[in-house]
Amino acid sequence: MKVGMLHSLIRKDEKFLIDEFRKIKGVELELIDDREISFTLGKNDYDYDVIVERCINHSRALHGLKLFETAGIKCVNKYSVATICGDKLLTSCALAENNVPQPEVRVAFTEESALKTIEEMGYPVVLKPAVGSWGRLLSKINDRDAAEAILEHKTILGSYHHSIFYIQKYVEKARIVNGEKLPGRDIRSFVVGDKCIAAIYRTSPHWITNTARGGKATNCPVTDELNDISVRAAKAVGGGIVAIDIFETENGLMVNEVNYTMEYKNSIDTTGVNIPQKMVEYILQVAEGRND
Amino acid sequence: MNAECPVCGAQIQLASDAVQGELLECPDCGTELEVVSVNPPQVKEAPQEEEDWGQ
Repeated sequence: MKVGMLHSLIRKDEKFLIDEFRKIKGVELELIDDREISFTLGKNDYDYDVIVERCINHSRALHGLKLFETAGIKCVNKYSVATICGDKLLTSCALAENNVPQPEVRVAFTEESALKTIEEMGYPVVLKPAVGSWGRLLSKINDRDAAEAILEHKTILGSYHHSIFYIQKYVEKARIVNGEKLPGRDIRSFVVGDKCIAAIYRTSPHWITNTARGGKATNCPVTDELNDISVRAAKAVGGGIVAIDIFETENGLMVNEVNYTMEYKNSIDTTGVNIPQKMVEYILQVAEGRND
Repeated sequence: MNAECPVCGAQIQLASDAVQGELLECPDCGTELEVVSVNPPQVKEAPQEEEDWGQ
């Protein structure tokens, strides 16, 4: 069996996967650097049984997946999954269509309508670029003055896709336990196929809890409720191997985002789960046609 | 044979299972480096984060 791994930089996440693939007899792993490959439409004749997408650039991941799928190669994740997960607006639509709980989201296309929408929602809200990751360019807007300033800056300084205003009702992550205010946290769960295999809490005194921004990871038990919402969110975007960001609210768990090239390197020791091994098992199942 | 950090000149011994494209940190100056060749061992400064980087 031949596995192609589409990548650019080899981070620890990719290295763990490489190590797992190399443990399995009969699997030939070929590393495909997205900085070196080129595609010839209609002419490519690949011999890969499956492509694993591990690009760091969303644009290369998306188009690489489309090109490999057009050439008839199975991919993990699928192009359709990358398309949805790479765009927060499309993700929210998919969650809504499948009745997966999420915070209130509204979308507006102009500075004026966005301001009106924010005023209707009430403060605070979070303004997010539809395409973006690692907590970049997220704005928590606490009052009208901030709303006017951020919207004007985005309109004048931002590229055109910053003028699709994705507005999410802010979810308070700080918790009061025994009268003490604790730092905020959310949950990152890891779904492989039809199972949530592990989860972590991401705790931070900052309202952005991404581990890329300093959030501290600790193990989060996978309850039936967490497994259920995680798998439902994964299926809503098309399945595969995805990481779900989840808020704990007084109305239950709510899905914030779904990530399709999931980073997990800090979660193996934290959870005690060999995440890359589970990923490899699933990828090989897809290659063999046992889990399309 | 070692790779040389392009920033501080430190000698860096690559791990036996190092692969092209792998990220590592210079043990002397802390610069993030990318392995551009395993044999002969060569590293360069890792690329800067781009707007569409992420997961």
